[in-house]
Amino acid sequence: MSTASSIDLDAIQGIVREKASLPGALLPILHAIQGRTGWVPEEAVPLIADALNLSRAEVQGVLDFYHDFRREPPGRHIVQICRAESCQAMGAQALETHVKSSLAVDFHQTTADGSISLEPVYCLGNCACSPAIRIDDEVFGRVDSNRFDTLVDRLRAEEVSA
Amino acid sequence: MSLRIFVPIDSSALSVGAESVAQAILAEAERLGVAIELVRNGSRGLFWLEPLVEVETPAGRISYGPVKPSDVPDLFASGFLNGRPHRLGHGLTEHIPYFAGQERLTFSRVGIGDPLCLEAYRANGGFGGLERALALSPAELVQEVTDSGLRGRGGAAFPTGVKWRTVLEAEAPHKYVVCNADEGDSGTFSDRMLMEGDPFCLIEGMTIAALAVGATQGYIYSRSEYPHAFRTLQCAIAKARDAGLLGPDVLGSGHAFELEVRMGAGAYICGEETSMLESLEGKRGLVRFKPPLPAISGLFGMPTVINNVMSLASVPIILSKGASFYRDYGVGRSHGTLPFQLAGNIRHGGLVEKAFGLTLGELLYDYGGGSASGRPIRAVQVGGPLGAYVPESRFDVPLDYEAFSQMGAMIGHGGIVAFDDRVDMARMARYAMEFCVIESCGKCTPCRIGSQRGVEVIDRIIANQERAKNLALLDSLCDTMIKGSLCAMGGMAPYPVLSAVKHFPEDFGIGQSARAA
Ligand SMILES: Cc1cc2nc3c(=O)[nH]c(=O)nc-3n(C[C@H](O)[C@H](O)[C@H](O)COP(=O)(O)O)c2cc1C
Ligand code: SF4
Ligand code: FES
Repeated sequence: MSTASSIDLDAIQGIVREKASLPGALLPILHAIQGRTGWVPEEAVPLIADALNLSRAEVQGVLDFYHDFRREPPGRHIVQICRAESCQAMGAQALETHVKSSLAVDFHQTTADGSISLEPVYCLGNCACSPAIRIDDEVFGRVDSNRFDTLVDRLRAEEVSA
Repeated sequence: MSLRIFVPIDSSALSVGAESVAQAILAEAERLGVAIELVRNGSRGLFWLEPLVEVETPAGRISYGPVKPSDVPDLFASGFLNGRPHRLGHGLTEHIPYFAGQERLTFSRVGIGDPLCLEAYRANGGFGGLERALALSPAELVQEVTDSGLRGRGGAAFPTGVKWRTVLEAEAPHKYVVCNADEGDSGTFSDRMLMEGDPFCLIEGMTIAALAVGATQGYIYSRSEYPHAFRTLQCAIAKARDAGLLGPDVLGSGHAFELEVRMGAGAYICGEETSMLESLEGKRGLVRFKPPLPAISGLFGMPTVINNVMSLASVPIILSKGASFYRDYGVGRSHGTLPFQLAGNIRHGGLVEKAFGLTLGELLYDYGGGSASGRPIRAVQVGGPLGAYVPESRFDVPLDYEAFSQMGAMIGHGGIVAFDDRVDMARMARYAMEFCVIESCGKCTPCRIGSQRGVEVIDRIIANQERAKNLALLDSLCDTMIKGSLCAMGGMAPYPVLSAVKHFPEDFGIGQSARAA
């Protein structure tokens, strides 16, 4: 998909430069890059390492440690399904099964049309309205199979009209 | 004056449609040509009624919910602007039994007004604690918090004043206050509600902590699963700085305190305090060996107060009303109130702030209204994914730190997740181990490898392969994890597992007689 040439290295360099002087700058930098690009490209690692005086292995290690950081371009939308206890108590497992079969993907995969990446999440703090899911930066509660389908249909309709 | 209508911007309320309800109300008011003022408040915490719309009347605020956008024209037509009855109506919000029975100290302002309005914050008692704090010496401040009996609300229940004293007495060029807003436990959302619904309260609490210990820089470490809370905090910090509440000269006192919110990156272990410090320093969230305590050598090696959101947000009221006011709530050595969170299979899910000492049964049935499914509640997990499962026979135990630890359970951050009689406790035990596999920081073997073995052993028990042998293996594996893990991740993940086996042996294929002992 995304090649080195399509990655905006100037923008990444700009982010690194802007944030390098923060105490403990690495996470803010990685978040900012991912916020802009959707993932953290390999090419960013040496730039960050240089600016923060770290080895590439250290930067790589941090990228690998945290579940949030993506090393490959994701789909146009991220859908997270809560797998934690409160949502399980309200049928999250059945929802998860439905979601995987209706999108025809497993966790950590992207739909064939490139529109949705599916991820597990462990609590969205929406446990009084379980089961919960998140689509990009929006959280949804009391989600059953029907509501999920409606939300995904809407997402895809928005993509078509956009 | 135009009529005031309240529709929450709390992310749980938004998750069930509060935004479209707000839009529908604005549209209908415009269509009818009535002047209204729409206030976006935090949530009252009665989540089964969200989206909960409130209307201000001379008698008080009247509530309606759960409201769908399609209900809005009907609400207008039946006169809800004057608080008239409606099939979705609940009368005065503050008379709803769920709300009226609570003792809201830490949550006194949440759900009342616009969370980002400093005037509203001040008008509702905000900054009373900080103003008093500025008149006290650091030692007096620490004493006040010690006398209040406040214990850490993040899980370990360590006395907050004692922690602060250690930091106060440490000599160092800089000190830090770190707020643990990682709130990773399933079934918990009180930190989120407060950050979204009353962020200035947290800022005030952190500023008081900074004055008490002599810190000049604070960080709030908020999880990435809470994007709304993050934005609310950023906005609140900017407003507080503009108003001179943060910055080089807090309220003209000559004390400097800067505050920044940082975002986690999806690692549950970063809620553990030393892992969080590593993460704030820009490293992998590997748990540190203790000692040194963070209070002596914490962030960037400097003395650091690290407290949960609820601990810090309880400080303003302790200061403004005095230590004994707070201390007089509760039982035994569990002083004050705890914002309990009712979740899972429960009819009335939400936030219930009560003094310690009520029973689990009172919370589950009197407040929670029993299960959402209408079936019997069979098991309850208290205190997050590392907390024990409690069977119905123990629902009479009072919510008190000591009483819970005596039965091998913990109150933790106050999350309560109910399961009805369709739950398979062997599956829940397996999940507890699986969660530990996924979230272990990997530093020590009992946790990293033990949890992996745990999943395999439980799989064999479920598949009825050499059940007796594997149950014995599970026991000894849990024992190794409890005794040999560096932190409570590996050290407590066995609790939900062992409690599930103990209280629900039939789910593990254990005959009544075989495991009577
Ligand atoms: C695995 C693990 C996860 C934790 N997660 C949290 C958390 O999400 N929030 C929190 O406040 N404390 C959490 N803690 C407890 C913290 O280590 C620490 O005790 C707490 O931040 C101290 O603040 P307090 O004294 O105000 O509770 C966790 C501990 C462990 C072992
Ligand atoms: S018990 Fe687990 S999470 Fe804690 S230090 Fe050891 S490996 Fe890390
Ligand atoms: S457990 Fe799913 S939102 Fe908390």
